[in-house]
Amino acid sequence: MTIAAPTPTGTAVFADDRIPPRGVVASTIRFVRRQPVGSIGIVLVALFGFAGLFADFLAPYNPTANDFTAMTEAPSWAHWLGTDQLGRDILSRILFGARTAFVVGLTSALVGGFSGLVLGVGSAYFGGRIDLVLQRLLDILMSFPLIIMALAVVSIFGTGVHNVIAAITIPLIPRCARVVRSSALAIREVPYVDAARALGFSHSRIILAHMVPNVVAPFLIMLTSFVGQAILAEASLSYLGLGVQEPVAAWGLMLQGGAEEYASTAPWIAVFPGLAIMLTVFGINLFGDALRDVLDPKLRER
Amino acid sequence: MKIAVRAALAIAATALLADAGQAAESPKRGGTLTYMIPSDAPPSLDGHRETTYATAHTAAPFYSVLIRINPDNPASTTDFVCDLCTEMPQPTDAGKTYTFRIRDGVKFHDGTPLTAADVTKSWQEIVFPDEGLLSPRQSNFMMVDKIKAPDPTTVVFSLKYATTAFLPALADPYAWIYEKAILDKDPHWYEKNVMGSGPFKFAGYETGQSIEGVRNPDYYRQGQPYLDGFKGIYAAKQATRIDALRSDRASIEFRGLPPAARDELKAALGDQIAVQESDWNCGSVVTINEKVKPFDDVRVRRALTLAIDRWNGVPALSKIADVRTVGSIVFPGDPLAPNKDELTTIAGFGTDIEKSRAEAKRLLKEAGQENLSFEMLNRDVDQPYKYVGIWAVDQWSKIGIKVTQKMMPTGPWMETERAGNFSVDLQANCHAVVNPLIDVQPYLPSSVSAQNYGNYEDSEEMALYGKALHETDPQKQHEAMFRFAKHVMDTQAHKLMMAWWYRIVPYRAYVKGWKISPSHYINQDLATVWLDR
Repeated sequence: MTIAAPTPTGTAVFADDRIPPRGVVASTIRFVRRQPVGSIGIVLVALFGFAGLFADFLAPYNPTANDFTAMTEAPSWAHWLGTDQLGRDILSRILFGARTAFVVGLTSALVGGFSGLVLGVGSAYFGGRIDLVLQRLLDILMSFPLIIMALAVVSIFGTGVHNVIAAITIPLIPRCARVVRSSALAIREVPYVDAARALGFSHSRIILAHMVPNVVAPFLIMLTSFVGQAILAEASLSYLGLGVQEPVAAWGLMLQGGAEEYASTAPWIAVFPGLAIMLTVFGINLFGDALRDVLDPKLRER
Repeated sequence: MKIAVRAALAIAATALLADAGQAAESPKRGGTLTYMIPSDAPPSLDGHRETTYATAHTAAPFYSVLIRINPDNPASTTDFVCDLCTEMPQPTDAGKTYTFRIRDGVKFHDGTPLTAADVTKSWQEIVFPDEGLLSPRQSNFMMVDKIKAPDPTTVVFSLKYATTAFLPALADPYAWIYEKAILDKDPHWYEKNVMGSGPFKFAGYETGQSIEGVRNPDYYRQGQPYLDGFKGIYAAKQATRIDALRSDRASIEFRGLPPAARDELKAALGDQIAVQESDWNCGSVVTINEKVKPFDDVRVRRALTLAIDRWNGVPALSKIADVRTVGSIVFPGDPLAPNKDELTTIAGFGTDIEKSRAEAKRLLKEAGQENLSFEMLNRDVDQPYKYVGIWAVDQWSKIGIKVTQKMMPTGPWMETERAGNFSVDLQANCHAVVNPLIDVQPYLPSSVSAQNYGNYEDSEEMALYGKALHETDPQKQHEAMFRFAKHVMDTQAHKLMMAWWYRIVPYRAYVKGWKISPSHYINQDLATVWLDR
């Protein structure tokens, strides 16, 4: 057995024991076998993602069109999930609502996550005063619960999709930065980072090429949980009337107003968007758990 | 028509039954009334400055007014009675002078005696506001020449011309009498503070949470108020308010709830819930900021009104929202209001909606605005703002206009309107005593009416209004009013009248002594309310 030279990312592997690459199908089957619950999560997320992406083709009706001949109709062949008090087709609104949820969820999670990643790794790498100041700032930001922080941001900048994305993104940044920093602190001390410094590599090269790849595992897991949190936050803000505004199709908004008013006489108005939120967040959480199991070497061995 | 007749009979019967029931009962003293205020915090506590019910439902119980509509007959348009005066005056000087004698022994809550000087100062602030003071109803009193207090018990209003519009305007439920000494020191004091002479004394205010008052033992009406106190709770969300009524955490919400809420509460609580209903001197109106392009183009404005299918939309909306009637800018049913034949000649009120929309598209094309999109400002209040807003957005989409909504809480919404930071705004034009000649004033040019946020000037409109205001022959006045309404709604399309409201107030049956009127501003001092439990 020969020991291979450390890879640029510093992970030593045993050359003769390399696992031969598998095909996509084989990998998928293996993943499904090992992570059946996670697979369900992926299917749920994929389903709603697909629905949002192709809502224009899938939705049987215009999601914002009022139809006063079909107000508060129960689920039927014409309207599979019924209609709301303005005669709007609930299935169509859920399909378009998926788009709103994923646009807000993914954008917030990605922007918040990557900003946190850069801040966290940068803070750990530079250390000293930069780290001290950044961490205190993050402490301040983290002292507010996500939804409170989001409420404050929306109150200042107003409602609407863009402001909601900003409102949810801002509180996600310190959460990501804090976790990433703790992983990056350990990596900063490993010899290959010292070697990179000794070789005169630039700060950005060391951070991006040598440190970031080593914090990707916790980062990805966090990113999935951020997507779920962001979707929930968007639904909460919309429910409170501070998110996207009528008549845009959004799940939280569908739970507001009429859904409460007609909860006893037309429960489908509240039940289906509620289910959509629940299933999507549930799916994302299952996927995140599976991802953690796959990426964590300790759990992977089991 | 049959439906209207039936509804009128039903309302009359309800009122008669309520009268009969209440006449047989003598008021009981004690208890605290808890009621819901369907709003977040009002922009201020100053009734002279504000036009929102959020202010009236918050602070009216603390104040007295000079005259008011009879609280036992609040649906009347002519039954005016004294509050602070001793008797309703007969006008002299060919109807141009009104002399009011002020009650003796009335005190403000701080013990200061209330005199004619306080009444005069308060009214001067409303009719002739100093620079920097906001008085949205100032134009209602364009007939007033002078207000004087020749002695401590007399107030004289001198008019420029005699008009029947004066007394209804004077019975403004927001015209609270303030303490002169306080106003002299700081004319903005009442925006954040309370000091009145009304049936209740101020006990506490938590912004956006609640307002509390306690019985004023020195109130000048013997035996009143009957309540020991009141607590108003703010809740913009309708579901919260209905839950509060259902669980008896609150006894009433004075503004009005939609039919579904009435039915739900009646079904759940039966006789424990009483209901009063009335046509409402309130309408949803779209205001267009004509300083913002392309809304300075009358073709664009006319296209907006032509796209709305009112004859099909309003009856459907009436099932879920507190709107009911298609009408012009004049209170439907009033002698000055256009009949249906006249109404259908106004743009957007025709019965052939396809023809109207084809015309709307043509106008947009001609104006180069086929791809028009804009954001509509709206108030974050469920009834009926949200419903009417969603409906309007849907209607405009039928002629290819893309509209998004910006919903704002009451205070910021009003500030945005006043600052003119909007292009299109869904408003409500609500008034107290039905008085169309005064009620249409928010449609007058912005330099005349502080309540008009449309930012336009229109001398022709003023001339048409002047003719209607000064005309004394009823038929000619009707015709003049119609020409004015058509000019505002069609020729210039300054304002888009969407739907007139319908007021439904379900409440706990043990609440007595309150009578509904066509205005949610009237009868809010709670002096006559008592609890039968």
